[in-house]
Amino acid sequence: MLRYTAKRLLLVLPTLTAVAMLVFFLVRVVPGDPVENKMMGEFGDVTPEQVLKERTRLGLEDPLPIQFMNFMVGLPQGDLGISLVTERSVMEEIGGRISISIELALFATILSVLIAFPLGTLAALYRGTWFDYLIRMITIGGLAVPSFWFGMLLIMALLAVVGKLPSLDTAGLFEDPLANLYTLLWPAISVGYRYSAVIARMLRSSILEVLAEDYIRTARAKGLYERVVIVKHGMRNALLPTVTVVGLEFAFLIGGLVVTEQVFNINGIGKMFVEAVQFNDLTMLQGLVLVVATSFVLINLAVDILYATLDPRIRYQT
Amino acid sequence: MNKHKNDKTDVLLEVEELEVEFTTGVGTVRAVDKTSFKVHKGEFLAIVGESGCGKSVTALSLMRLLPKKIATVKANKIIFDGLDLSTLPESEMRTIRGRHMSMIFQEPMTSLNPVLTIGDQLTEPLITHLNMSQKEAEIRAIELLSMVGIPDPERRITQYPHQFSGGMRQRAMIAIGLSCEPKLIIADEPTTALDVTIQAQILELLKDISDRLGIAVVLITHNLGVVAAYADRVNVMYAARIIERGTSTNIFATPAHPYTVGLMRSVPRLDKPRVGRLATIEGMPPNLLDPPVGCRFRERCPIAESRCKETPPTIPASNSSPEHTVSCWKSEFVNTNAATLYGVETATETEKAAHGDKVLLRVKGLKQYFKISLREGFRSHDVDIRAVDDMSFEVREGETVGLVGESGCGKTSAGRAILHLNTPTGGKIEFDGNLLNGGNIAAVRRDMQVIFQDPFSSLNPRMKVGQILEEPVKVHKLREGKKARLDRVAELLTQVGLYPYMADRYPHELSGGQRQRVGIARALALEPRMIICDEPVSALDVSVQAQIINLLEDLQSTLGIAYVFIAHDLAVVRHISHRVIVMYLGKVMEVGAGNALYENPQHPYTRALLDAAPVPDPEIEQNRKRTILEGDIPSPLNPPSGCVFSTRCPIATKECSDVVPPLDEFAPGHTVACIQIKAN
Repeated sequence: MLRYTAKRLLLVLPTLTAVAMLVFFLVRVVPGDPVENKMMGEFGDVTPEQVLKERTRLGLEDPLPIQFMNFMVGLPQGDLGISLVTERSVMEEIGGRISISIELALFATILSVLIAFPLGTLAALYRGTWFDYLIRMITIGGLAVPSFWFGMLLIMALLAVVGKLPSLDTAGLFEDPLANLYTLLWPAISVGYRYSAVIARMLRSSILEVLAEDYIRTARAKGLYERVVIVKHGMRNALLPTVTVVGLEFAFLIGGLVVTEQVFNINGIGKMFVEAVQFNDLTMLQGLVLVVATSFVLINLAVDILYATLDPRIRYQT
Repeated sequence: MNKHKNDKTDVLLEVEELEVEFTTGVGTVRAVDKTSFKVHKGEFLAIVGESGCGKSVTALSLMRLLPKKIATVKANKIIFDGLDLSTLPESEMRTIRGRHMSMIFQEPMTSLNPVLTIGDQLTEPLITHLNMSQKEAEIRAIELLSMVGIPDPERRITQYPHQFSGGMRQRAMIAIGLSCEPKLIIADEPTTALDVTIQAQILELLKDISDRLGIAVVLITHNLGVVAAYADRVNVMYAARIIERGTSTNIFATPAHPYTVGLMRSVPRLDKPRVGRLATIEGMPPNLLDPPVGCRFRERCPIAESRCKETPPTIPASNSSPEHTVSCWKSEFVNTNAATLYGVETATETEKAAHGDKVLLRVKGLKQYFKISLREGFRSHDVDIRAVDDMSFEVREGETVGLVGESGCGKTSAGRAILHLNTPTGGKIEFDGNLLNGGNIAAVRRDMQVIFQDPFSSLNPRMKVGQILEEPVKVHKLREGKKARLDRVAELLTQVGLYPYMADRYPHELSGGQRQRVGIARALALEPRMIICDEPVSALDVSVQAQIINLLEDLQSTLGIAYVFIAHDLAVVRHISHRVIVMYLGKVMEVGAGNALYENPQHPYTRALLDAAPVPDPEIEQNRKRTILEGDIPSPLNPPSGCVFSTRCPIATKECSDVVPPLDEFAPGHTVACIQIKAN
């Protein structure tokens, strides 16, 4: 198990290096000059000489290999460069806003898992009954309705019922946990609806599949309590594919809530993405992509390790 | 412990009018129809029949393991050890399952939970039923594992099922079934998925446990040899009903139902030379959605008459013990005419019809290695799996060469290498004097065809039978024009015993036997001179298996096709082959003409194989002393040095693990790869 984990950890490095390289070059293919855009926005008319001067100051006139080397050398030290717009460290900028995104992702995940596990399990156990059909209808809805639109509905419903929106400036989780969670509850629900639908459907079908397996029949033939048959013999096997889905969705939430963050006006990574693209902030964009990609890779690693603890066949393959 | 053996007259289980119905999308299927039977304490009862006859459903319904949503079980009574199971609430039924009545399933590969350790799965029933503590249960689990012959049980209980071989898993299953010392163990085809030498180990173990502990065993099987070798009494099932029952001797010596007779006549005998064509029961078992009225066998019965439209009563079979009963109007006639019921055996035809002299296929030093990479820590290195290693043989025109051996012996790899479905690693393959290579194989494929094992997955489900058969004719431009091709399709279908109208059917609309006929027709479409048959009958029921074997032989005699017949069933290979090649772990062990090889086997592996396979004759089986090979087939990743069989060989010496034995001539046409035999 230790060896498995160590090996998976070592594999993370080349993956991240490849991502970094890809991001660096992709961002530079995007048309438009960020410096010119910025200066035009700030001062109106600018001469090419002024732009060149500014570009040189920001290091954008260095040959590409040099820029690349600077970028790559900075990475291991956690240096993602300086934002072209705010001229503050990209790392600090992201660090200041990623916590809210992670918090929202975690909140949505916990909420979804809490809702989806019982629903998916019960739907599988009561397959073909009205209860199963009801859950399947609800979850189909979750897949079909876009999260941001559902979020907008939520906001309108809140306005209609409570008459006001949750405060926009979010209190820190540790300062005022309740207020903080109340603020995040609505976006978490709006994202979680789809998320829990995905998990519940996955869980339902994998439980049904597992319950038809020969070893479930063996467990019953041993005279075990039905509860033991389902939880110990069934669920553990059924969890395997579900864990993957939960992990992938969670990773997606960290960087992927671009629209939902707009709708609920949350100052997270998603909104940052929009701003970075809007202002053509190359370094910020590459930093963001890299951070999101890293969290994706790390979450996948965690899923793999969890998978190996659940399934001995994977553990022993290596 | 012998006292158990003597009281096999006390009734342990009495089932009266058991009825199981399944609700399906197309109607209600009565899978078990008013079946009554008894199991005595400590006895070994076999329920025998072909697939779909209701034997497994009977077992599962006794354990109440059928899915409640689709299965309805009714019975007048199911008295088990004084308790009526038919009225028992589920909560009490649970305390019977695994405690007093346990079950062993067919597939050891899938019947154990992959994510729980063997120890965990073995201690569960002990903790649940016997209120043992975890510690006590573990001690008992170790005892049980060593009782079923698993070495190093202390380590084994911490392992997972995937670390066990198939035979070991089935032993673990038996240990689970045995754990609470039940009164009855139901074994549902416990050895069907296992190799013949492993089958012998498992069945001996079951028999031994039954004798020692006085546990009754209900063995569900389709294998008549297994029945003859192990069962005290036999119930024969056909189309949801028990049609004949009696002691093993009753059933085999004086069968009274035409189906029982047909079943026995349609399996080739391992211990006897061939007696001409196999007897076949024509047609297929009835569809239980709409079973025929009266005797359900009547449509396939060679002696059916108008009286058979009424359901025959269960009556004592004549000239037999009172235990022997049968459901047939004409049982007396059957009893006295059993030998001629399915045609007279032409006992003179002990050898196969002669074949041509011209060598069609010459294989020399064939090697088929598969590279796999093994990881050790962070490094990986490539290892060759020698699936086939230095194999040489010839096939003459119109000859059948049998290729026999257990799983992993390389027989299928050899077939695929000859066809260049996998490119051989080394050696020469000549077909009709032409050396085959990647370049000219396409031209030769017309002459060299293949029939696959699984008629269910080897036909494209989205193509109609007609399209499947027309395609090769079209590709190889054997007939010009649609009309000519369709005529050829009709001709092919007739040739394999199907009807031309079946060209419009999809494969799923056909039965297994019919599909295998389509597979044969597809091979025939190109008018080949040789067909490689890879386990062509192993997925089929015995009565259908006989039809296909006869068809292959008929085609050989009319078209002069040569066969390479790959199979694990020794009796079938003996019946159909002129010559037989025995393989083990990629190496040829022995080659000989069919009868010579079977009557005078030389190689210790061939002997062990023949010894392990039971024959359908209780008298022979009772007097037979088995030497059963111990252990599993070694991993081909790490084959033993010298003779690959040396690790399991009863006569191996130190020299055997040093020297790779050459294939030496023992008698004309009979070669053996064993240095011990050479020394004699």
